Amino acid sequence: MESAEIVAHIPRLRRYARALAGDSHRADDLVQDTLERALAKFYLWRRGSDLRAWLFTIMHSVFINQLKARRELALDAAVEDGLQSAPQSDPLELRDLDAALRKLPVEQREVLLLVGLEQLSYAEVSKALSIPVGTVMSRLSRGRERLRAVMSGTAAVTSLKVVK
Amino acid sequence: MSNLTETDLHAYADGQLDDVRRVRVEAHLAHDPAATESVRVWREQNEALRALYNPVLNEPVPQRLLAARPSRGRWPYYALAAGAMGVSFALGWMSQSYRTDRFVEAAALPRRAAVAYAVYAPEVRHPVEVGADQQDHLVKWLSKRLGNELKVPLLTQQGFDLVGGRLLPGGKGPVAQFMYQDAKGQRITLYVSLREAEPRDTAFRFSQEDKVAVFYWIDGKLGYALSGEMDRASLLAVATVVYRQLNP
Repeated sequence: MESAEIVAHIPRLRRYARALAGDSHRADDLVQDTLERALAKFYLWRRGSDLRAWLFTIMHSVFINQLKARRELALDAAVEDGLQSAPQSDPLELRDLDAALRKLPVEQREVLLLVGLEQLSYAEVSKALSIPVGTVMSRLSRGRERLRAVMSGTAAVTSLKVVK
Repeated sequence: MSNLTETDLHAYADGQLDDVRRVRVEAHLAHDPAATESVRVWREQNEALRALYNPVLNEPVPQRLLAARPSRGRWPYYALAAGAMGVSFALGWMSQSYRTDRFVEAAALPRRAAVAYAVYAPEVRHPVEVGADQQDHLVKWLSKRLGNELKVPLLTQQGFDLVGGRLLPGGKGPVAQFMYQDAKGQRITLYVSLREAEPRDTAFRFSQEDKVAVFYWIDGKLGYALSGEMDRASLLAVATVVYRQLNP
């Protein structure tokens, strides 16, 4: 019965993973690792608490570990330098949006997606990522500004420094 | 205006404010074009994200995900797919062994309905497969798939308009889900599933499944569950109307 509940969440986990990781194969790898971890730790989930938020928490740590293993977290900071040279001519073209998301630091991308795509409340995001609500808000604010800048090709973003 | 923060603006754009604060932000936006523009951009970003990634929801789930197994642990491995099927399997087994199918089914119906509600009610772009504008087609299609003539309750007097419906997999075959929405965007779903056991009726029952309240009953071959993320009394008022319309 419990794993049936997890199954019901797979489509949404896949949607979030696709937005987070970009490539569909890598996204499904992320979902698979998340499911495996969730099944192994299911006894830790408190019945009655939000299963979806718990699954997002697991996906978050799996994703960060995958990035660390690929040494891609460090690359995120370097992304900033590339912004100026890659202006987008057609704002809000959907296919550009996916590329623009890749230019956001992971921690901003996660918050932006959990709020904007998954429509979690700020409190749920705070719980899922184990960060204070204030941090959720500052990441959301910076993420949105940055996405706007990337999509409109403004270089103003480079003045924003990302604190790791 | 005074003590209005950027957080309020974000929460406004994301629909996360209560009525009082929402009205205050709206009053402020009326004479703050820059803030209004920010809100517009943020909402556009949200919509663009959903437009781009929502189609993933309708993709078939790859088999390797359904076959995922625990990464570690001392317990015997079991597959997710087995878990998904296990529900219906266990239902059948228990009814054979203990003849408690009434009890088990009564427990499974609201749970399944609540899970289906939790998955689809928050959907902005794809809450339903067939919209209310094609209501005749919707009812014919779902009636055909369930092999029973379905009726769609009219809930406009209760403030709820039909959004549409979709077909879902259930423990014992197809399930129909009708979705309604009120002026505030609050959604409720009517989940209609087919029973294989002998036709019978049950009384009106209530179950609280996490945040989702569910009223459910069995009417002959069909099990009904009305789900909503609202308090019991408000949902009861709607459920009573649904029940009366379906059981005139």
